[in-house]
Amino acid sequence: MPPAPASLPVEPPEQLVQRSLLRDALRRFLRNRLAMLGAVLLSILLAVALLADIVAPYGLNEVDFSIVRLRPFIDPNHILGGDGVGRDFLTRLIYGARTSLIVGLLVPTISFLIGVPMGAIAGYRGGIWDFVSLRLIEIATAIPPLLFAMFLISVTGAGLGNVIFVLAITSWIEPARIARAQFLKYRETEFVLAARALGASQRQIITLHILRNAITPLLVSFTFAVPLAIFAEAGLSFLGIGITEPTASWGKMVGGSVKSSTVIVYYHLALFPTLLVALTMLSFSFVGDGLQEALDPARGE
Amino acid sequence: MIAYILRRLVSLGFVLLIVSVLVFVLMSLVPGGPFTLADRGYSGAALENLERKYGLDKPVHERYRQYITSALRLDFGYSFAVAGNPPVSELIARIWPVTFQLGLYTILVSFGLGIPLGIIAAYHHNGLIDNFVTFVATAGIAVPNFIIATWLLLIFGFQNGWGEESKWIIGPLTAEGAAILSWDYFLPVLTYALAPLALVSRYTRSSFADVLTADFIRTARSKGLSERFIMLRHVLRNALIPMITVLLPQIPNLLTGSLFIEVVYGVPGLGKFFVTSIFNRDYPMIMGLVLLIALLWGLTYLITDILYTLIDPRIRLGETKGA
Repeated sequence: MPPAPASLPVEPPEQLVQRSLLRDALRRFLRNRLAMLGAVLLSILLAVALLADIVAPYGLNEVDFSIVRLRPFIDPNHILGGDGVGRDFLTRLIYGARTSLIVGLLVPTISFLIGVPMGAIAGYRGGIWDFVSLRLIEIATAIPPLLFAMFLISVTGAGLGNVIFVLAITSWIEPARIARAQFLKYRETEFVLAARALGASQRQIITLHILRNAITPLLVSFTFAVPLAIFAEAGLSFLGIGITEPTASWGKMVGGSVKSSTVIVYYHLALFPTLLVALTMLSFSFVGDGLQEALDPARGE
Repeated sequence: MIAYILRRLVSLGFVLLIVSVLVFVLMSLVPGGPFTLADRGYSGAALENLERKYGLDKPVHERYRQYITSALRLDFGYSFAVAGNPPVSELIARIWPVTFQLGLYTILVSFGLGIPLGIIAAYHHNGLIDNFVTFVATAGIAVPNFIIATWLLLIFGFQNGWGEESKWIIGPLTAEGAAILSWDYFLPVLTYALAPLALVSRYTRSSFADVLTADFIRTARSKGLSERFIMLRHVLRNALIPMITVLLPQIPNLLTGSLFIEVVYGVPGLGKFFVTSIFNRDYPMIMGLVLLIALLWGLTYLITDILYTLIDPRIRLGETKGA
């Protein structure tokens, strides 16, 4: 005997529910210390990325041969040291935030905007919708992203926009599968049946009733998608088909540091960008956890 | 149900056919051929002769027709780029066991540790283990495995004099094939398992945490059922659907190898081979690997769907929902 669903099918008029739930959620979110910490950290990272031209102490491509591979915390003028060709490392990290945050935010956002509606309809409607979506998922899984990237970039040329396009178009599969599984499960629950019996429209059921209950694994998947996109961009650059050199990105900085067998002496070249990627992901995890708890009325108290 | 499975298997066959057409066309659209790449150094008559020998002078549809008629008879052609032009199927059979073992041990380690860690973290929300899981999940994904691999090699390899660097590198294949259950797999598995460990523990935690606050769990507790019974009968069953959606595809993913792990540890495996054959334009090899991977993933998706219906009998596949 399968147990009953999470929410009881007691639904006051739609409008009221939505407004008070959102206000409650906002209050719970603001009270959640970790979630707020994540939100503040993310805002700082975004602000630094946007204001890179003002915040960065040196120019992006300013070279000073006396600081080639300078180790950090030695020269107060170059607090994080210098990179392999003598550029201030702090400056590179600040400009790298721009590329990496654009990739890390846009790629998951686009792939979720493609994947989630597709998976939701496949899971909820079933039948031919599910059949077609599943075949698309199977085909898309089998096409090697590297081959696809090489083809696209041979047609349109390398560049940030193309990198984002390639990564987004190859990463909608997981959100689509998660949404499909969640909708398959929830469409059969009693509260959905009740909502349908009360005359809720298909759109209301999908967005208001199921999505809100089904959102947790999607949030987790999003927090994982952010660092994965940042490193996938680096992977494409590493293979010579991504963003070209003077542009800075965290992923590329980490990738470039490994080519030399000097990781221990010049540890900063790998350490700082890795820490920033970790910090970005951690902030997203905190915000995601906070959202999940805020949206679940059973949790708040 | 059996009719549904049979339908799915038939449609998987058609999916493989479509994939083979798409990848074949995609390969020929990517600039450069197996013998025209600059570092090959062929030109003029030599190039023409080579292309004729391997049938590359024919148009794409003609080449595809030839490929697919022999592939349907399970003859996947001969590698262009590997010395001695071995048959693709033989090459895969020789390379895959190494990657397969690496993946298998990685799956055992990451699932074996990740699921219990995730469950404990969900039960002790914001406790010590919970924070540890968040830390592991962040570190496992945010620190790329080529960085971890390089560090581990430096530490275990020669920094502390614990052994030689080469000890931890899986050498070229011997005549007998891959070593089985050798300690050589230790460091690669340790590195390789971190990212899936992150995924497994994190999804387990969130899936369990989601169910633990549900009303029916409170009901079960107030009925006086034992915590163990509640976990096995009520929580697990409801937490499993999002878990298997994401975690089951990790199996074909890990079994077919990772480029970076294999490059850093010198593993003669499938992941590295796939990337080099794409760069070498080794068309028959790319096709063979693509079809193998497509088959593995297609079967995994089918198994995932069957498991959904077993876990939650309310789920029905292949039916249209009204409204």
